[in-house]
Amino acid sequence: MNKNIFSAALAAAGLALVGAPAFAQQQAISLDDKVNQIFADSTGWFVGLIFSNFPGTSFPWIVMWLVVGATVFTLYFGFVQFRAVGHAISLVKGDYSDPDDAGEVSHFQALATALSGTVGLGNIAGVAVAVSIGGPGATFWMILAGLMGMASKFTECTLGVKYRNEYPDGRVSGGPMYYLSKGFAERGLPGGKILAVLFSIFCILGALGGGNMFQANQAHQQITGVVGQYPGWITGLVFAGLVFAVIVGGIKSIARVTEKVVPFMGILYVGTALVIIAMNYHLIGWAFGQIFAGAFTGLGVAGGMVGALIQGFKRAAFSNEAGVGSAAIAHSAVKTKEPITEGLVSLLEPFIDTVVICTMTALVIIITQQLVTDPQTGLYLLNEAGNGVKTVGGTSGVGLTSAAFGSAIGWFPYVLALAVVLFAFSTMITWSYYGLKAWTYLFGEGDTKELVFKVIFCVFVVIGAAAQLGPVIDFSDAAIFAMAVVNIIGLYFLMPIVKRELDSYMSRLRSGEIKKFI
Amino acid sequence: MSDKFVVGYDGSVAARRALEFAVARAKAQGGAIVLAHVLEWSPYSFLTPSELEERHMRRREEMERAEEAVLGPVVAELTDSSVSVETVIRYGNIAEMLGKIATETGAVQIIVGREGSSALEARIFGSVAGTLVQTAPVPCTIVP
Repeated sequence: MNKNIFSAALAAAGLALVGAPAFAQQQAISLDDKVNQIFADSTGWFVGLIFSNFPGTSFPWIVMWLVVGATVFTLYFGFVQFRAVGHAISLVKGDYSDPDDAGEVSHFQALATALSGTVGLGNIAGVAVAVSIGGPGATFWMILAGLMGMASKFTECTLGVKYRNEYPDGRVSGGPMYYLSKGFAERGLPGGKILAVLFSIFCILGALGGGNMFQANQAHQQITGVVGQYPGWITGLVFAGLVFAVIVGGIKSIARVTEKVVPFMGILYVGTALVIIAMNYHLIGWAFGQIFAGAFTGLGVAGGMVGALIQGFKRAAFSNEAGVGSAAIAHSAVKTKEPITEGLVSLLEPFIDTVVICTMTALVIIITQQLVTDPQTGLYLLNEAGNGVKTVGGTSGVGLTSAAFGSAIGWFPYVLALAVVLFAFSTMITWSYYGLKAWTYLFGEGDTKELVFKVIFCVFVVIGAAAQLGPVIDFSDAAIFAMAVVNIIGLYFLMPIVKRELDSYMSRLRSGEIKKFI
Repeated sequence: MSDKFVVGYDGSVAARRALEFAVARAKAQGGAIVLAHVLEWSPYSFLTPSELEERHMRRREEMERAEEAVLGPVVAELTDSSVSVETVIRYGNIAEMLGKIATETGAVQIIVGREGSSALEARIFGSVAGTLVQTAPVPCTIVP
């Protein structure tokens, strides 16, 4: 009897305890909802424009745009991504670097920094989105897009170095806005300036979207997955504070710690994925079977084969940013006399990002059987909303990846949460720089002007953490793909310049004029 | 031709001791001093995008500072003495670079100072002197 009263009292106290935060949460969530609603309403038209389908089909024209671009560059440069991989690796190792240039930016450093901007949530959350909407087949198209994207990256990064600005004070910076304006002028073509301005506008939006809000959003989701629900704007404020400290306060130590830990996290992530795949070695053949079968039949996913293809290409492009032009900004600072060398080095970026890391994520999700199939037909079941494959825990995005890793190694979601937060942070720092470069291209350099952008950037961290995934991911994709529209137009006009550089470099390499220094 | 002594010099107290030791030897033998300043650097380190942008500028600043603040005063000091001195500034792994400089200048000896670090510290973090002894192409003197 006594015991019962005691437990009843406990239960009541428990209810009260649960009830109070729940009430507070309701109010907070309604604030998050408001942010979400305003955000979705104000960006919807832009998203609609970028992702509109070819008339009479369900195929977004932007995906075709990227595929055609990557294919054209692959053919035009004679499959440079396969021919020159060996040479690219020796360039990164420093075999061709002049020892007198020690202390300058090496090929490795340019590549590593560019990678820190691309490896991140696209590889963890984006891939999960791709396979949960497009099924395992999306992986096939993702890998194909990664391999083809290597040629786009090669083109843009060569141009980035060739037309970079070297200022009298010794700073070096470049990017699509510079090669579009200078390159077009050099070839006597009109419109370079207009493209450069358009690119800069989209780059700023991309920096605020994919480089910022998407990161903040997924970091928040990951943290709540570990510590429980709480309003997104709190995560947003903390992140905004840290980003502010680095980009405005110039506190290098935070950035430096991140830059050191992130590569380690990347290796840990791939290593763990390999362990999980090895633990399920008997399923490897089956998983690849699912990937190939899904790529051409869809295996019952919403949208079928086309759905898998669209998701694969979309998420690959979002992850490795090939054709988007962003990486050209990071690669431009390298110390080299031959712009083509940096182009060759940048080939490795989509390979590491998409063909290696994204594929690992996809394989782990497939092999741990997070996607629910119908036991009778072997086809994938649709989720309640009907817009994707049903998953074991009803999760999507980074939650799905976390569940997949967690099903094999119980404690890994905690490591993953930390990795996601760090990846998100380092991507934000890198993209704040990309955005800033575009901003200064438009408005000129100056402390006040730069501060305005940096503050806007921090405000968007909070919005990103508070809004829901759907509108954020739509806007992020749209802004980044809008950059690709402008950039790839430019690349078509400027690719003969790259071709000339490539042919000249390759013939000098063959004749022995360009030698190793060791 | 006079014998050359490479001195690893970074402006520290220990480096100062090595320099004094080397100058005394050079005077006695009528040799010359190669004053070597190596800035620790790896082409495989990680930098942020804004560090990349500023790298070339920073390198120039670092070289100037090394020339003016570290090596300059020593050179001024030594020009009064009978010992001739040349300076080298390099980026890279300190021990490895000192060895390379010795080979390039045809030096007969490398002389470095050492901070009085404990054996444990040296074991964990490695020490320039220790690595140099293992890898140097010419005889080494470590000045405590």
